[in-house]
Amino acid sequence: MLVIKNLKANVEGKEILKGINLEIKAGEVHAIMGPNGSGKSTLANVLAGNGGYEVTSGEIYFEGKDLVELAPEDRAREGIFLAFQYPIEIPGISNATFLKTALNEVRKYHGKPEATPKEFLELLKEKSGVLGMDPQFISRSVNVGFSGGEKKRNEILQMLMLQPKLALLDETDSGLDIDALKIVSSGVNVFKNKDNAVLLVTHYQRLLNYIVPDYVHVLSQGRIIKSGGKELALELEEKGYDWIKNDELIEENV
Amino acid sequence: MGNDLLNVIELSDFNLPTMKNEDWKYTNVAPILKNNYVLGTSLGYENYLSLPLNDYFFKDFDYYKVVFINGIFVNELSDLTGLESGIIVDSLTNFQKNNSEILANHLNKYSAIDNGFNELNNTLSTNGLVVFVPKGKVVDKPIQILYLNGDSNENVLSVPKNLIIAEENSQATIIANYHGIKGKEYLTNIVTEVYAGKNSIVDFYKIQLEEENSYHVEKVQAYQEANSLFNHYNFTFGGSITRNDINTCLNDENIESHFYGLYLAHKEQHVDNHTFVDHAKPNCMSNELYKGILDGKSRGVFNGKIMVRRDAQKTNAYQSNKAVLLSKNAIIDTKPQLEIFADDVKCSHGAAVGQLDENSEFYIKSRGIPKDIAKSMLIRAFAADVIEKIKIDELREQINHLVFEHLNRVEVKNN
Repeated sequence: MLVIKNLKANVEGKEILKGINLEIKAGEVHAIMGPNGSGKSTLANVLAGNGGYEVTSGEIYFEGKDLVELAPEDRAREGIFLAFQYPIEIPGISNATFLKTALNEVRKYHGKPEATPKEFLELLKEKSGVLGMDPQFISRSVNVGFSGGEKKRNEILQMLMLQPKLALLDETDSGLDIDALKIVSSGVNVFKNKDNAVLLVTHYQRLLNYIVPDYVHVLSQGRIIKSGGKELALELEEKGYDWIKNDELIEENV
Repeated sequence: MGNDLLNVIELSDFNLPTMKNEDWKYTNVAPILKNNYVLGTSLGYENYLSLPLNDYFFKDFDYYKVVFINGIFVNELSDLTGLESGIIVDSLTNFQKNNSEILANHLNKYSAIDNGFNELNNTLSTNGLVVFVPKGKVVDKPIQILYLNGDSNENVLSVPKNLIIAEENSQATIIANYHGIKGKEYLTNIVTEVYAGKNSIVDFYKIQLEEENSYHVEKVQAYQEANSLFNHYNFTFGGSITRNDINTCLNDENIESHFYGLYLAHKEQHVDNHTFVDHAKPNCMSNELYKGILDGKSRGVFNGKIMVRRDAQKTNAYQSNKAVLLSKNAIIDTKPQLEIFADDVKCSHGAAVGQLDENSEFYIKSRGIPKDIAKSMLIRAFAADVIEKIKIDELREQINHLVFEHLNRVEVKNN
């Protein structure tokens, strides 16, 4: 589904990603872990097409299409979804308007008719039910006056409504208490199936108790320095990131 | 009708302000002076009756209807059916005939002649609007006034004078709705006086939708008694050069004043808003929120003055003005002016100028929403906190519509 080859990217002229190689197949859950400043969020933003990040070399293919050339709205329509670390507040635009506009743009791209008001409401009811959201939220402005947990839940709701092929979750666990974490995780678990994929970006192992990854990658200074199964996350939790850094240092010295 | 029969006004006879005047530093009125104007009232109103006047009114809510054409109160097009007895909505001329004593107590009592435009209005204004709400009365529906100005063949000068008298414990909502007639350049030069008596509530909406080759100047002067509340909502869409002066004097205790403004400009439009909140007595509160959206080669000016006089202890006075520039050729000049002579007060002001936020735009686009709609959403988001202050639900969405229509951008509606 996603193939990243030797990806390098700059933020404000500074190289943050220094050669990433990664392949994600349908049905897989990958976790990218790493210390602050390692480039985790940069990777998520580059994949979603944030204009503040410049790809300097390398390739990204999504379902065989060159992603680097695609505008962010087209990436979304092709099936990439980024759940933001810091979701944006949009006063004056209701969640209903926002979700309906997004849903219909994606449907239009795929040659499907717009959702009827009834279809939209039924879909919304089903998906917001998964996340235990108060139906009143729909008439409120996007993320305005939402708590940190509500904002993250709203990101997951948008994901469930749009049904992307690849969901990128950027530090979705940050700032969540345990109850909110469980709800958000259950939303992701309802979402995932054999035809889609999830890339979790997280600093902590905690999230991975609820969303179990097939692969864990450790990112440090813009490179994936170690990959493994879900047990790698536990090892990281136990020994800290220094363990890998030292390990890597030793390997390099040998 | 030939020009010889019309009353031709030479503006050079009036001492109109120049850019050397500190209060007019950023607004050049020279283009206004290049025309000679005929006084609108001398044209009569009969020629305009075939225009779709009803289309110019804000709809879908109940209101009392008043029509002014080039400064003439048109009785046959107005509809004040159901207005409670004692409440008067009439032309200044009629009010003078029937209520000369009340008029003498209020007319020209609040607004001083600050400049040549005020003098022009004062000298030539023979007509205008009076809203009189006697003690304890509440006007049950908004009073919506359509001011239609301009002419296809003549440069018209309209000089309406508005006087709103809200006596003790009364309440009224006014919607002043300015529209233009396609044709020659014209000048609308208004003076509005508002008297808000003790415990009264006055909501005043001004929506300026004049033709884009027109000039529009208004001075609003409010005078507030104890415990009164005056809300002024100011929306500017039209006009080539627009200048608003909105002033209030809080001349007793426990008074509240709110000034909300949203102005849009594109092409080469120029919009200048000057506000002055004069805190003369203790324990009052004022709050001001102005926002500008500037596209093309347009220019905005905001000057917000707050005076807290020596007696005005425990004053709370806030001011915020923000502008978003949609093009690199748009300009805003903004100047807050706080003059505080009391020592126990809370005052703040803030100004911000910027572009639409790129990170927010990316957020919206990352949901599959195209760039033009993303930008429209951010424009709506920027204007939202002013528009949400509108108390009439149906008016709110119509104002939102005008924002997108005026900027010629795809509309975003909540449904």
